[in-house]
Amino acid sequence: MAAVDSAAVSAALSSSDLRAHRVAFVAMVAILVAAPFMVYPVFLMKALCFALFACAFNLLIGFGGLLSFGHAMFFGTAGYVTAHAAKVWGFPPEVAILAGAAVSTLLGAVTGLLAIRRQGIYFAMITLALAQMLYFFYLQAPFTGGEDGIQAVPRGKLFGLIDLRQTLALYFVVLAIFLGGFLLIYRVIHSPFGQVLKAIRENEQRVISLGYNTDHYKLLAFVLSAALSGLAGATKVIVFQLASLTDVNWPMSGEVVLMTLVGGLGTVFGPVVGAFVIIAMETYLAETGQWVTIAQGGIFVVCVLAFRRGIVGELIALARKIGARRT
Amino acid sequence: MEIFGIPTQALFGQLLIGLINGSFYALLSLGLAVIFGLLNIINFTHGAQYMMGAFCAYFLATKTGLGYWWALVITPFAVGATGVLIERTMLRRLYKLDHLYGLLLTFGLALIIQGLFRHQYGASGLPYPIPGELSGGQNLGFMFLPRYRAWVILASLVICFGTWYVIERTKLGSYLRAATENPALVQAFGINVPRMVMLTYGFGVGLAGLAGVFAAPIYQVNPLMGEHMIIVVFAVVVIGGMGSIMGSIVTGFALGVIEGLTKVFYPEASNTVIFIIMAIVLLIRPQGLFGQR
Repeated sequence: MAAVDSAAVSAALSSSDLRAHRVAFVAMVAILVAAPFMVYPVFLMKALCFALFACAFNLLIGFGGLLSFGHAMFFGTAGYVTAHAAKVWGFPPEVAILAGAAVSTLLGAVTGLLAIRRQGIYFAMITLALAQMLYFFYLQAPFTGGEDGIQAVPRGKLFGLIDLRQTLALYFVVLAIFLGGFLLIYRVIHSPFGQVLKAIRENEQRVISLGYNTDHYKLLAFVLSAALSGLAGATKVIVFQLASLTDVNWPMSGEVVLMTLVGGLGTVFGPVVGAFVIIAMETYLAETGQWVTIAQGGIFVVCVLAFRRGIVGELIALARKIGARRT
Repeated sequence: MEIFGIPTQALFGQLLIGLINGSFYALLSLGLAVIFGLLNIINFTHGAQYMMGAFCAYFLATKTGLGYWWALVITPFAVGATGVLIERTMLRRLYKLDHLYGLLLTFGLALIIQGLFRHQYGASGLPYPIPGELSGGQNLGFMFLPRYRAWVILASLVICFGTWYVIERTKLGSYLRAATENPALVQAFGINVPRMVMLTYGFGVGLAGLAGVFAAPIYQVNPLMGEHMIIVVFAVVVIGGMGSIMGSIVTGFALGVIEGLTKVFYPEASNTVIFIIMAIVLLIRPQGLFGQR
């Protein structure tokens, strides 16, 4: 089986794709390192947290074909745990963030076991319903502060050395977390595990007939996605020093779907682009109240009807077209 | 008088509220099931269309002076017509794609519709009066039964079973069921399947609008009224399984009652009990109580 797997990997990632990914990755890192000296860093940090969240979500839909409509539960749960750990228990930020991500991972294992029992549309409805259940739990639970949320979460000192109250220091920590998550996802989708996942997306019956236990693969992908979503949510709480119901409510689940869709489902860089685009739009429209929601809905409709490949997907298609013409 | 240490007034009162909520769950999940059967799309806009039904009744009352009974007749057609428009212009293009795109499109539409209404009318509810013929109520000795609530339960039962009868027992319904199984074959027999699909979506959406009119005098007319409702109805659909019409009706009413009773015995869980039942059903019978593999 191992021989088949490695053959599939080399076939899936051609040398030109690999080169394109390397160039794009280096460009992305260069832009992100230079960006805080030109753009408002808090905006960038918010976008980076959502970019990681969208990448984690994309791992599930783009490569496993599983549309989760409840990913806010991982994002928000990790946020509450991190906020509580940092503020009430006085944990240092790195431990608080890891605690948040760990609880999300656990939650991902429990909800994943339930959700993978159904496919397709049912999977989306089940994840949405489970997330709504958690929303009501957090609404009533005493430690979340209800409508107020957990405010004034201390940022603290990373490893007791780096003072995260300095914006620039915090920015590079957030960037490091994002890049770590991004590279992990990249590694996963190009591993034998990722190849099996893609095969399940294309034809689950055939993968079963090849002797794979597809439920294990789906569950592991779900848990991994939950863990990284949690990491994103936990980091966001340290940035904004606030954990609130917004992060765990259903519109947040919709937002991450939108980001991934706009950037390009199943592309490596799409969710990052999508997150920056959507966060920029929301920041720009923030003053106008309900127009943010209406614009989000409009983008959904346009993307589904006319723009299903997303920004990065269209760019790849364009590059292929030009490449084909040359040869 | 008390049962299990709970005053009967409270017990039957919550039971009644449960039946009312159950009526709405049944009407909405029925519409979802009918739409899903033929279009293979889960209509995320359903909650927004339920809200539009309530607003349609409100507009008819305030702008044209037409009362509740007119609203009951006009609203299903008005809201259904917007559904037909959505099907014609947008949903139709998606039938050949992965079903998930239908979910994403209708989710986007729900955001637009709810956002526009909220922009215009805020988040606070608008009052809608109970029609004169149905105000007041009956004292049944063990509880007080408001006449309007009895009417809603009765009317939705009639509509639910009427729909069941049409789909399962008439010729029109047999076309519909055949088209669910094999649309290409039914088309080959000379039946206009695309038109049937369009009207089915319009019908399902019209049912949601009708449920909105029923709801207007009970809850207030509120842009957010469909938002939570749709998620609960999704859970109801998962529990029942979308395979059978009767399944949707029975599950809708049953879960409404269970939710009502939870409010009496353990109020903290009343918001989450349906989701917990969903989790249990998924563990024991993942295809849903009435679903087929």
